[in-house]
Amino acid sequence: MTDMTLRQWLLTDAPTSRRHARLASFYKGWLSLRSNSMAMFGLGILVVLVLAAALAPLLAPHDPFAQDLANRLQPLGSEGHILGTDSLGRDILSRLIYGARITLYIVALVALIAPAAGLLVGTVAGYAGGWVDIVMMRITDIFLAFPRLVLALAFVAALGAGIENAVLAISLTAWPPYARMARAETLTIRSSDYINAVRLQGAGPIRIITKHIWPLCISSLIVRVTLDMAGIILAAAGLGFLGLGAQPPSPEWGAMISEGRRFILDHWWVATVPGLAIFTVSLAFNLLGDGLRDVLDPKEGGQ
Amino acid sequence: MSALEISNLNVWFGDGPDRVDAVKGASFAVAQGESFGLVGESGSGKSTILRAMTGLAPTWSGDITVEGTSLTGAKRDKGFFRTVQMVFQDPYASLHPRHTVDQVLSETLQLHGINDIDTRVETLLEDVGLGRRFRFRYPHQLSGGQRQRVAIARALAGEPDILLLDEPTSALDVSVQAEILNLLTDLRAEHGLTYLMVSHDLAVIAHMCDRLAVMRHGEIIEIMDAATLRAGQPAHEYSQDLLGASTAP
Repeated sequence: MTDMTLRQWLLTDAPTSRRHARLASFYKGWLSLRSNSMAMFGLGILVVLVLAAALAPLLAPHDPFAQDLANRLQPLGSEGHILGTDSLGRDILSRLIYGARITLYIVALVALIAPAAGLLVGTVAGYAGGWVDIVMMRITDIFLAFPRLVLALAFVAALGAGIENAVLAISLTAWPPYARMARAETLTIRSSDYINAVRLQGAGPIRIITKHIWPLCISSLIVRVTLDMAGIILAAAGLGFLGLGAQPPSPEWGAMISEGRRFILDHWWVATVPGLAIFTVSLAFNLLGDGLRDVLDPKEGGQ
Repeated sequence: MSALEISNLNVWFGDGPDRVDAVKGASFAVAQGESFGLVGESGSGKSTILRAMTGLAPTWSGDITVEGTSLTGAKRDKGFFRTVQMVFQDPYASLHPRHTVDQVLSETLQLHGINDIDTRVETLLEDVGLGRRFRFRYPHQLSGGQRQRVAIARALAGEPDILLLDEPTSALDVSVQAEILNLLTDLRAEHGLTYLMVSHDLAVIAHMCDRLAVMRHGEIIEIMDAATLRAGQPAHEYSQDLLGASTAP
């Protein structure tokens, strides 16, 4: 036992405790994710993003809100401003770094609200069946029929502009696909023998849904969420661009593009640099989502 | 008193023109401690009888009595689940792919309100011949036979009196089949269980059961002793055909 390396301990076929079993299966998932270089590339970008957001006060060379009208619209690579300055002379790099916080905040909130709501609605509808299913899925259909950005616009217009309302609006339009997916998965799972077996032990519907159906739905939801993240970031940036999300002088990336739009012909970098940031982060989420799909697909892992 | 009594049982699926009568007027009784077999070809309604008993096939009529208690509808109470348990046909489908053996057994024990889960899980694993090193494995780390042992351990966790066996070996390799059948025979002797076993394999039924019923198209056409089967003297023509088909080279 003592000459066993950590790696062998993690790769064992006969785990010795609950924690050991969980760690071992986690490690195997990590190994298969690590062998996917594109997914690791995406993960790397996201780690950099998280670090940038966490260490923003240390990394940012300037105050993101400090205006310097004498220095406005400096080009890329100018003295002290690697990515130039915007129309009010604020350092674009600093604003990008602080903007990462806002982007992460939006992404995290939407990723908590929308899949959770979708999972709850979808699994309950799928497991209960009958009129519960019909009512819940028709409500889902109604939400699905609205164009996302238009519904978000209406919502923000009703509640007032701001990041929190933008997040709510995006979540409100993002949950129906998760509900559909969770319901479809539940329908295939609910009549399987392992669900029948636990029903024969006297388990009630709440236990079956939360302990037996959710663990099988969650992995495909995680994959779907990471793939949707790009869309969520773009929707948040879109709301910011339209002036309905984050409000100036907040360094939200979409709002930064919106400000730079006025100078796009003469001073292209003001709008392009935050655009590139949105593009990179969206791409990173897509790559990671693709890799996670290979790791988490229960149809693969179960066999 | 019979452990299990079924009289004039009808089970159907669907309504109106789509209605399929899976079981028609089946009646039989299983004595305490007996092992009773149900044989017949695919679609003859053998498994459907088990599913109606356990509430998995909700549309049925007739009488099902378990240890003197009459069953109704599809709802079963906790007492029923502590008396009757079932082992499913396919061990690859009957274990949750994301739950370890430990999770499966602990949850079952917890549902039956049994304390001292840690020692009970290890005893159960010993009972079905697996041992504690299998405790924290996931189903994909087990072979078919090992999975079926886990499924049997799960069925035994609540200490039931009656075990419903739905073709427990038909999804397994021939070499593993005999092991599982011997395990089931040993467990019956040890725990004084009553078996109701469904199979299309006459050899398995002849080996495992005291009496058996032959089914065709949802009806029971003959009930006989296993001795009669082993002697090759069933009364009904169809049973003779079935026997002929299974002994033919």
